[in-house]
Amino acid sequence: MSKTVKRRRAAPKKSRAGSGKKSRTVQLRYLAHGRSGDKGDTANVGLVALEPELYPILVKEVTRARVARHFKGMASRVERFELPNLNALNFLLHGALDGGGTISLKTDAQGKVYSTALLRMTISVPEALGRRLRLPRA
Amino acid sequence: MSKSIRIASGQGFWGDWLEAPVRQVEAGGIDFLMMDYLAEVTMSIMQKQKSRNPAAGFARDFVPLMERILPDLVAKGIRVTSNAGGVNPRGCAEGVLAAARKLGLAGSVRIGLVTGDDLMDRLDDLIARGHLLNDMDTGRPVTDIRDTILSANAYLGMQPMVTALDRGAQIVVTGRVTDTGLTLAPMFHAFRWQVDDWDKVASGTVAGHIIECGAQASGGNLLKDWQKVRGLTNPGFPIVEARPDGTFYITKAKGTGGVVSVASVTEQLVYEMGDPTTYITPDGVADFTTIHLAPAGRNRVLVSGIKGRPRTDQLKVSIAYFYGYKAVGTLVYSWPDAYAKAKAADKVVRGRLADLGLEFEQILTEYVGVDATHGRLAGEPSPDLAEVQLRIGVRAREKAPVERFTREIAPLVLTGPPSVTGFAGGRPQVEEIVAYWPALIDRNEIEPHVTVDILEA
Repeated sequence: MSKTVKRRRAAPKKSRAGSGKKSRTVQLRYLAHGRSGDKGDTANVGLVALEPELYPILVKEVTRARVARHFKGMASRVERFELPNLNALNFLLHGALDGGGTISLKTDAQGKVYSTALLRMTISVPEALGRRLRLPRA
Repeated sequence: MSKSIRIASGQGFWGDWLEAPVRQVEAGGIDFLMMDYLAEVTMSIMQKQKSRNPAAGFARDFVPLMERILPDLVAKGIRVTSNAGGVNPRGCAEGVLAAARKLGLAGSVRIGLVTGDDLMDRLDDLIARGHLLNDMDTGRPVTDIRDTILSANAYLGMQPMVTALDRGAQIVVTGRVTDTGLTLAPMFHAFRWQVDDWDKVASGTVAGHIIECGAQASGGNLLKDWQKVRGLTNPGFPIVEARPDGTFYITKAKGTGGVVSVASVTEQLVYEMGDPTTYITPDGVADFTTIHLAPAGRNRVLVSGIKGRPRTDQLKVSIAYFYGYKAVGTLVYSWPDAYAKAKAADKVVRGRLADLGLEFEQILTEYVGVDATHGRLAGEPSPDLAEVQLRIGVRAREKAPVERFTREIAPLVLTGPPSVTGFAGGRPQVEEIVAYWPALIDRNEIEPHVTVDILEA
């Protein structure tokens, strides 16, 4: 990890500081889809909101730091880019492919399934939205 | 020309579905067929083949494929752009010519041959004149690996292909050109766009990026609602319907399976993406944050709004070099305690390798069914797994330790933990590792050397 992780987020399901609104914890698979690939020893993960209204939540919750923490020990450095036009975020996971390409011994030497590994992450969504979209609690 | 043109994807990589280009041509209604054969390390494989046989070194499948579809291509006036030429584009073009003659099409097929991307013979001269060809990722100078280089090619853009099309080529055969150039060239040829119209370059580049991986834009490998994707026994590979104003539709042939939707196109757009504002090709820089997608009917998506910036002064060079050796061995352990047995077996193998004093750059163990795809993120496995595949990989600069490792898997069947199977494939194979070295070079060192020949059948 290149950066020290900032203090942890407030525990889910509690009232969020300042907003006074309830939230629920949801796995990203119910909020986004995506695809991943490789460039050398870097895997890219494109994360796409399943619905446009979910995109701002991804922007706010799926931060560079949280993704770096999610992939701790599996990537050396994480970058994030925003594509609001596609309701998508693009993450670069540097040093994630064990040398990458033909050098790597990994089953997933080309990072093809890192996208689904990111979908394991959980984030908070407003309770009202979670109820309306019937998002399963993690 | 003011009407739209249709460019069909026929192949997303060397080894893609053989029937795809045939179905595209049979369905008709297309003007161009683009076929991408070259992944990053493909050139080195072809170089190795050429060193054994000077007539080899290109995508062999391409010639019999052309033989199969040439009569239809000629009858329907469909033109082909392809980088099937690899490190021997002339040999590839001549193979197609021979096929045309065999089919009695002499006099009716012109082949455009693009060369000048191959830098192998110029490498020492370039290095001597101060072109460091540093690894773009690590910054190391190419002199570190000079003696192990197997191939070196500059990525050419669309321009020589546009020239070939302008000169009447029906089939354009190239070596290392960008995947996107194969789609851009037909647009610039047909619409007479200015090469410094950067928004048009960017639009064509995005179109090329969408279709360069074949069915991956039209329902293949689609994660969103994958269970609802129908008809993948006959997936319709994507088709770009390009318009002179730079906007275009992505669609597929009627009656085919798969799906073209905003979701299918979006997943392909984010595939292998870096900084989305700066997608660099030899022809210009595209800004993927300006792409606008809109549904435009069944299996039809409108793509518009794309902005671009001027091309850079450098071209990318792909260098392949010999790195070392690797091998991967697998065994399957069954219930009960499948995972525990596999872990115990791994310990035995590592102990034996250590006792033999073998040195490896790396030994990597994965447990398929437990952690092979998501690592620790997959969490603790169920204690009741039906089976686990033990997968051990090793890598070394020398061949001997890797060779010896390949003898250490089968013995586990009788000398290790119980309930083991899945060794019918025999001893693991030692593989030579050819690694990839991306670099940059001044554009003006390359472009004067690029030539376009027209060959007549």
